[in-house]
Amino acid sequence: MPETDQAARRLRRPYPDPAWLRWTLILAAAAVVGVLIVIPVAQVFAGALAGGASVYWDNLFADPDTRSAILLTMTVVPLALVANVVFGVAAAWAIARFRFPGRTILTALIDLPFSVSPVVAGLMFVLLFGRQGYLGPFLQGHDIKILFATPGLVLATAFVTFPFVARELIPVMEAIGDEEETAALSLGASGWQMFRRITVPNVKWGLLYGIILCNARAMGEFGAVYVVSGHIAGQTDTMPLRVEKLFQEYNLPGAFAVASVLTLLAILTLVVKAGLERRRPEGPHVD
Amino acid sequence: MSIEVRNVIKAFGSFRAVNDVSLTVPTGELVALLGPSGSGKTSLLRIIAGLERADQGQVFFEGEDATVRAARERGVGFVFQHYALFRHLSVFENVAFGLRIRPRPARPPEAEIRRRVMELLKLVQLDWLADRHPAALSGGQRQRVALARALAVEPRVLLLDEPFGSLDAKVRQELRRWLRRLHDTIKVTSVFVTHDQEEALEVADRVVVMNQGRVEQIGTPQEVFDRPATPFVMNFLGHVNIFHGRVESGKAILGPIALDYPDHPGEQSLPAAGYARPHELEIARSADVAGGLWAVVRHVHTAGAVVKVELADDEGRLLQVDLTRQDHAQMRPEPGESLYVRPRTLRVFVNAAGDAGA
Repeated sequence: MPETDQAARRLRRPYPDPAWLRWTLILAAAAVVGVLIVIPVAQVFAGALAGGASVYWDNLFADPDTRSAILLTMTVVPLALVANVVFGVAAAWAIARFRFPGRTILTALIDLPFSVSPVVAGLMFVLLFGRQGYLGPFLQGHDIKILFATPGLVLATAFVTFPFVARELIPVMEAIGDEEETAALSLGASGWQMFRRITVPNVKWGLLYGIILCNARAMGEFGAVYVVSGHIAGQTDTMPLRVEKLFQEYNLPGAFAVASVLTLLAILTLVVKAGLERRRPEGPHVD
Repeated sequence: MSIEVRNVIKAFGSFRAVNDVSLTVPTGELVALLGPSGSGKTSLLRIIAGLERADQGQVFFEGEDATVRAARERGVGFVFQHYALFRHLSVFENVAFGLRIRPRPARPPEAEIRRRVMELLKLVQLDWLADRHPAALSGGQRQRVALARALAVEPRVLLLDEPFGSLDAKVRQELRRWLRRLHDTIKVTSVFVTHDQEEALEVADRVVVMNQGRVEQIGTPQEVFDRPATPFVMNFLGHVNIFHGRVESGKAILGPIALDYPDHPGEQSLPAAGYARPHELEIARSADVAGGLWAVVRHVHTAGAVVKVELADDEGRLLQVDLTRQDHAQMRPEPGESLYVRPRTLRVFVNAAGDAGA
């Protein structure tokens, strides 16, 4: 039945694109992805494994400075994540649930770390905590080290990645509304019970998604960390800083080896994110 | 448990949503808060529940001041207008929620929770849906789950906000009869909010009519319908025909209609209006009995339990008269025909012309 076929095709597309146009567009997209993403990523692994598996292993774990960089990133990133989950949930709650003066300004400020250059963010912390900074003398007097130490790295990383969790949560919480929370309270729940049993399950997909994005960005953070770390080898070098340093020292296999680990972590994040997206119900269903 | 509300005031900015309201709900009664939207009925309900704080005034449960107690300490079951079911929990877990969150000493054992939840689900006739999630239920089913969930904590007071507001007409009718029967079974003091006068009159033991944050009248359905205290109540509880005029020297002169009005014997002339429901008007082809007016038939609507006749007097004001089907069959008024309209009864409210809103 040709008529039905035609009708079906019309349903699929409002008008048919010619084959040459379709294939040109597909090839162009594939070429861009290939040249800009696939080949460079493959190159990272090729460079890392150029000397064989044992050299790769040595490059990663025989060098104490590289080892410490991997360890430092694994310390800084979880701490920054925890801080951002706490602050992100608090900020999203305040913005989605309350109407208060300055709410619009707070909403705009949450996005600030996205628009400020990470280097500037790092400088802000130097200005605040540095020897000549506002809090510098106080910190020195009490023997507290923030700059050129792990706390500074955590602060800088958390600052740069702050918007992810809050940004993911605000629309979800606004769409879901506070009726279920009020219902929980009317049934005798305490504030904490309401939060844990009703709010968290309702926003868990948004929260997880925010954490994953935040994690990906935090692992790769370079600019802000570069400024506050003082790049002391074996002490305040995170993985991205270590890659840069090895590269500057013409140790290409070493640089590629560390870069390959970062890349692997990024790919892993993407896989987890894709898996979550498949399981995540389509948006918060509000009826 | 009885509820008493004393001089409650609640303002949002400069707008007084609840303006000095006092009322009492005796133990075991089912009371309707009836009013148009913006009349303050939902705010009042939320204040009773402790979900909203009154600016002034007090709320007493069983004579005990509950004004400063939080919602969770009041022992109140609240059914929300849009149900507010926990979307991530099954029907069973929704109903069990209030029991599971109790502190350990007060929490019933698992078997007891299971027994009580299933008992409640049977009561609302939904035990066969215990494992479903709210998204898979119809509106009426969700409403009943919300009710079971509120009842699970054995509230001393049940509060329902527009319980049938978002259901279609047929389900509404079934559910409100069902609610009435349920209340007769469990006899928990209940207050529900509605803007539907039919619903309030049919379900409630007592109706509180509210307007602009104030109580207009409190009474049984029959009282508020037959003896409305204010023109607003008269107007809100159904269609009315209004005759504007004046009262003086014990007489009411409402356009062509004149009748005795002994409540105002003074000589001073005051504006007044007479109100009659469509079924309280009668029509005739001749002016045998005085006290009526001539009007021309515009439309006759015959589809329905009563026949609605729409007429216009010589000044173009519309009148509606309801005839029983038998009366209509006998008389057969035709559009264009001039008929004599006479109120069988007329309620006169002095100085009410401005407030009537009609």
